[in-house]
Amino acid sequence: MMDRSADNLASPPATDGNAPVPSLYALMGEFEDVDSLLAAAEKVRDAGYRDWDVHAPFPVHGIDKAMGMRPTILPWLSLGAGLAGVAGGTFLVWWINATSTAALPATLSGYQYLISGKPIFSLPANIPIIFELTVLITSIVTFLGMLALNRLPMLYHPLFKSARFRRVTDDRFFVVIEASDPQFDEPKTRALLEGLGSTAVERIED
Amino acid sequence: MTTLAGEEILEQAPALPAGLREVNNTSDDPRARPPLILGERTFTSITDQVADLATRPTRLAWYIGFGFSLSLLGLLGVTVGYLILTGVGVLGNNIPVAWGFPIVNFVFWVGIGHAGTLISAILFLFRQNWRTAINRFAEAMTIFAVMCAGLFPGVHVGRAWLAYWLFPIPNQMGLWPQARSPLLWDVFAVGTYATVSLMFWYMGMIPDIAVLRDRAKDRPRQIIYGILSLGWTGSSRHWMRFERAYLLLAALATPLVLSVHSVVSFDFATAQLPGWHSTIFPPYFVAGAIFGGFAMVLVLAIPARQWFGLKNLITLRHLENMAKIMLATGLMVDYAYGVEFFTSWYSGQPYEQFVILNRALGPYAWAFWVMIFCNVVAPQFLWFKKVRTNVWLLFIIANLCNAGMWFERFVIIITSLHRDFVPGSWGMFYPTWVDLGMLAGSFGLFFTMFLLFCRFLPVVAASEVKAVLAQEQHREHRQHAAKAPGLQPGEAAGAGV
Repeated sequence: MMDRSADNLASPPATDGNAPVPSLYALMGEFEDVDSLLAAAEKVRDAGYRDWDVHAPFPVHGIDKAMGMRPTILPWLSLGAGLAGVAGGTFLVWWINATSTAALPATLSGYQYLISGKPIFSLPANIPIIFELTVLITSIVTFLGMLALNRLPMLYHPLFKSARFRRVTDDRFFVVIEASDPQFDEPKTRALLEGLGSTAVERIED
Repeated sequence: MTTLAGEEILEQAPALPAGLREVNNTSDDPRARPPLILGERTFTSITDQVADLATRPTRLAWYIGFGFSLSLLGLLGVTVGYLILTGVGVLGNNIPVAWGFPIVNFVFWVGIGHAGTLISAILFLFRQNWRTAINRFAEAMTIFAVMCAGLFPGVHVGRAWLAYWLFPIPNQMGLWPQARSPLLWDVFAVGTYATVSLMFWYMGMIPDIAVLRDRAKDRPRQIIYGILSLGWTGSSRHWMRFERAYLLLAALATPLVLSVHSVVSFDFATAQLPGWHSTIFPPYFVAGAIFGGFAMVLVLAIPARQWFGLKNLITLRHLENMAKIMLATGLMVDYAYGVEFFTSWYSGQPYEQFVILNRALGPYAWAFWVMIFCNVVAPQFLWFKKVRTNVWLLFIIANLCNAGMWFERFVIIITSLHRDFVPGSWGMFYPTWVDLGMLAGSFGLFFTMFLLFCRFLPVVAASEVKAVLAQEQHREHRQHAAKAPGLQPGEAAGAGV
């Protein structure tokens, strides 16, 4: 079923006595197609595991349900950023062109331009900048929020030690059950993964 | 090799790999939806194809193209350096034509960028799966076009080192930018557009850079791609947030892209100059931007699919779809030309009437008729499927449309300015060698960036194409299953592409 010595190409060949003993990070089961992956994910979910994940080369349709994932809070972050963008943008254009505060130093005080006798502040003329700032701030928060919720960038990951795992960006699917899970029990978890039709089960060490 | 419904192999050359074989998959029969991915259809074949382009040894043709682009970029450096050191007097801009080539080029390049966002955001929201093969390099094109665009207003202001005055930064003069001016709206619109496009492009690329990381053989590439891919592991929990963020960014980019060229058109529409002062400008500019942008995507896609062997991913159906969008947006542009004539006549206003007649019959009539030929006559050939599926004709028409869109901006800006209300202040505009050098140099910047992108980054969104492939295979599987007891129409057309 598995050949550990050939798989862990990147890990050190043997401990030299002083090196710390590597701890078990997870068990990783490999799957070759989407259907068996989805079936396996449902079984792992029903077995009650908590610290586990499915790794795939593309977003697998229906995996959210199969894994029992909760929806992300990202849209709420975006909404908050959008509202902050509207408020901040409106304040900015109003402050810089429609106010003048003698008490403040010139650097911070607004400056009231009178252009062609038009009103000092009117919403329509200020909408473009408010709109663009709203989109800008919302987009930045959405992008950075996605990275932060995913704990990225994370340049080290125990899974990267496995040569087999390199195919996760190619054509293989992996179910990874972490040793930190309260239900984790190496022989039992291994039996579960093997019973789900995984083509190989590998020990991932930290 | 299986022949799927609707495919028709055009070149009988079985020795050619799938990426170089031209296959007609442009069937109009809704019962037999031809596939979007041709040839060997496995996840690995897609990975191999995309990763190989970025990891294979550099070809001689790339060096030749890169050398040529780089020399044009050098010309840009020389002309811009000369302009900054000497002053704006080296340009042809003068009174009455104070907005010459820099603004023509600015509007031209900003317009080019729009097709990228249209493909990546609007077609995404409309679930047009065919976009997956072309969205990545259309997005790259957007970013490089916006870079070219941003250059021109920055250097033509005169004292380029004070360009930061455009931003609302607290300063000792106690002055702020004027937020009711379309020129400041431009700063925010183009700045936001560049930032959002860059984030959208990079975010979509993270999983594909991870592909390159896992395929890279040498240490420097492993490290650089490793850093750029941010430690992507393909975790489904990550994919879920990634997809949600992608959807949100698409939803944000859609109104943004429509706003950007509208704001650019406000530069003209809010002026009182006949020929500029028109409420049709925002939709007219947006349609023209998409028209010109798709022309540029075709100009880049047709050679790229040939040279990089991507004909099985960027199929004839993709080209035909783009040609159809060009035809549709081209007709909108033509309609706007007609409306401009009509409103100037109907206004009964002599200055409005004069400016339109002066465009068609005045000293710049040649530019006007070049524009009419390129933007009105040339796209009409796209009504014919024979033309839409002929890559050579398509390439020629796309190039004509690009030229036409440049001349459209030339006509709008130069002819409106050079003869306005008072005949005593009329004049002519002549570009100098610096103007021409900067225009040619901007193409150098564009193609240099594009060639670097093609060489080192994933040109096709591999993960998105794989997701489409998984869907297609799922659908074909269902079709085969449904055929046995008799085809059910609802099933066959099910997961619509």
